[in-house]
Amino acid sequence: MTSAELTARCAAARTLFMQGNTTARTRAIRSLPLVVAGSLALGGCISVQAPEKPIVIELNINIRQEVIYRLAEDAGNTIEENAEIF
Amino acid sequence: MEAAVKGSGMNRKLVRKVALAAAGFALAAGGLAGAAHAQRDPAYEAARASGKVGEKMDGYLGIVGASTPALQRMVNDINIKRRAVYAKKAQEANATIEEYALTAGCIAIARTEPGEKYQAPGGSWQTRTSAPPERDSRCPG
Repeated sequence: MTSAELTARCAAARTLFMQGNTTARTRAIRSLPLVVAGSLALGGCISVQAPEKPIVIELNINIRQEVIYRLAEDAGNTIEENAEIF
Repeated sequence: MEAAVKGSGMNRKLVRKVALAAAGFALAAGGLAGAAHAQRDPAYEAARASGKVGEKMDGYLGIVGASTPALQRMVNDINIKRRAVYAKKAQEANATIEEYALTAGCIAIARTEPGEKYQAPGGSWQTRTSAPPERDSRCPG
């Protein structure tokens, strides 16, 4: 009696072709940077805590100073022209 | 002799007519200029002077203390008019209404008179003194 298998058997991944024609030692050396990077990433984790105070976003924070400087003279004239509402 | 007298009389009439016309033109021009630079409504002027309303950083008028329906109506009315002006001018200057309004706010705060209220960068109401007002760091000098 033979056991049923879903897929056909294939050769184990031990042949040189599947190992990228490398020896175990060179593979270990090549994978070293990855291991180092992984451990660095784990060690460099920054824990972020939610602030206690609510975050207030100033809506006009994106208005740049250079825009204000460009408009300043015009706005000054506008105020003078519409003195009754300023 | 007679003709000369007659002539000078006519000249005098002409001079008077020209002077009258000139005066008329001057009055008309003055009237137009007056319309363009109309002054504040007395109620608005009084509310400013007494510190009931103040200039906000965003370019609009704010109520400083307790609000009354009449005060709220006056402030709303002025702010709607301001917004309309900002919208038109911002479009002409290729800017957003908020940008234009903030710029106008900088200038309106700078032009407050001592005793009037204005909003400081922290959001608090301040009374203008003879010293320069506290303004947003982006405000032009």
